[in-house]
Amino acid sequence: MTREMAPRGAELAAEGRLPAERVALVDLLDRLLSGGVVITGDLVLSIADIDLVRISLRALIMSVRASEPLETGVRHEQSPL
Amino acid sequence: MADSGTYLYAVTREEDRADPAVLEGVTGVAGAAVRTVAHAGLVAYVSTVPLEQFGEEPLRRSLEDLDWVGETARAHHGVVEAVAESSSTAPVRLVTVYGGEDQVRDMLARRHEEFSEVLSQVAGRREWGVKAYAERAAEPPPDQGADEPASSSPGTDYLKRRKARLRSRDDAWREAAGRAEDIHATLVAVAVASRRHRPQDPRLSGRDEVMLLNGAYLVDDDRRAEFAATLDELRGPGVQIELTGPWAPYSFTQLGPDPSAAEARGDT
Repeated sequence: MTREMAPRGAELAAEGRLPAERVALVDLLDRLLSGGVVITGDLVLSIADIDLVRISLRALIMSVRASEPLETGVRHEQSPL
Repeated sequence: MADSGTYLYAVTREEDRADPAVLEGVTGVAGAAVRTVAHAGLVAYVSTVPLEQFGEEPLRRSLEDLDWVGETARAHHGVVEAVAESSSTAPVRLVTVYGGEDQVRDMLARRHEEFSEVLSQVAGRREWGVKAYAERAAEPPPDQGADEPASSSPGTDYLKRRKARLRSRDDAWREAAGRAEDIHATLVAVAVASRRHRPQDPRLSGRDEVMLLNGAYLVDDDRRAEFAATLDELRGPGVQIELTGPWAPYSFTQLGPDPSAAEARGDT
């Protein structure tokens, strides 16, 4: 698996041919950390339970969704934007 | 305590359950095989994960390792993509781990209505990402203002020139920010739904241009060409535009609040 980032792969991406491993990690994190269904109840663990504040990478990851308060498994209302 | 959990990637409707062949060659997080759990008219895509890696404490440590986060995100995404290729799909937030399949079934039964609603909303539609960056304004030539009559004080001249330069940079910024708003408004008209993500951190994006717009747009598959054409018309000097996608509808699958969430939390 290559780890190549493709932030400028717009043309390829537009045709739906961008293989998963070439999708830019930052675009992926936008979606995987602030999108996707958040489910509560019966979970062993959800990333929403993890306190992502202190360390640098946590801060970095947090920056993806810093507009959201820290979640404790409860879904917050999304802004209508 | 059990030593493994059930990691959930995505949920689809039973009636458009993907051909099992789509999972061939797809590996889930931590290298595990992906399987389905069908219940209440829904299908969940799951794999077994060791809690020594996906328990709360180990996960805290792992989240400080960008390589681990990257690998996990890509594996998660790979499964979601494979499923979304052929079915209306609700991707689940990264790292959602259940105690076992029974808990997944309970959840499918409990959230059946909301999943059905979300899945019909995203059917026949894909998400597209549009990022707009302000192009770096070229520095004005150093002799700008030379045709103005020189004042008696070189210091005053310097301040004047500096002010003018700052003003033109501010203007360029304001204009670019305004363009980004226009871009968003124009795309919203072609999309079924839209959502703005936070501008990306330059440390993650590796770009130092200022990101003005980080939008996600849910677009009907039969308006895909129109969306791309609209975007192309918006291109021009001053603002760089990037298109990513098509994505599974990550940004458009918010479920309503779980009516039994409070009780469920009390159970654990």
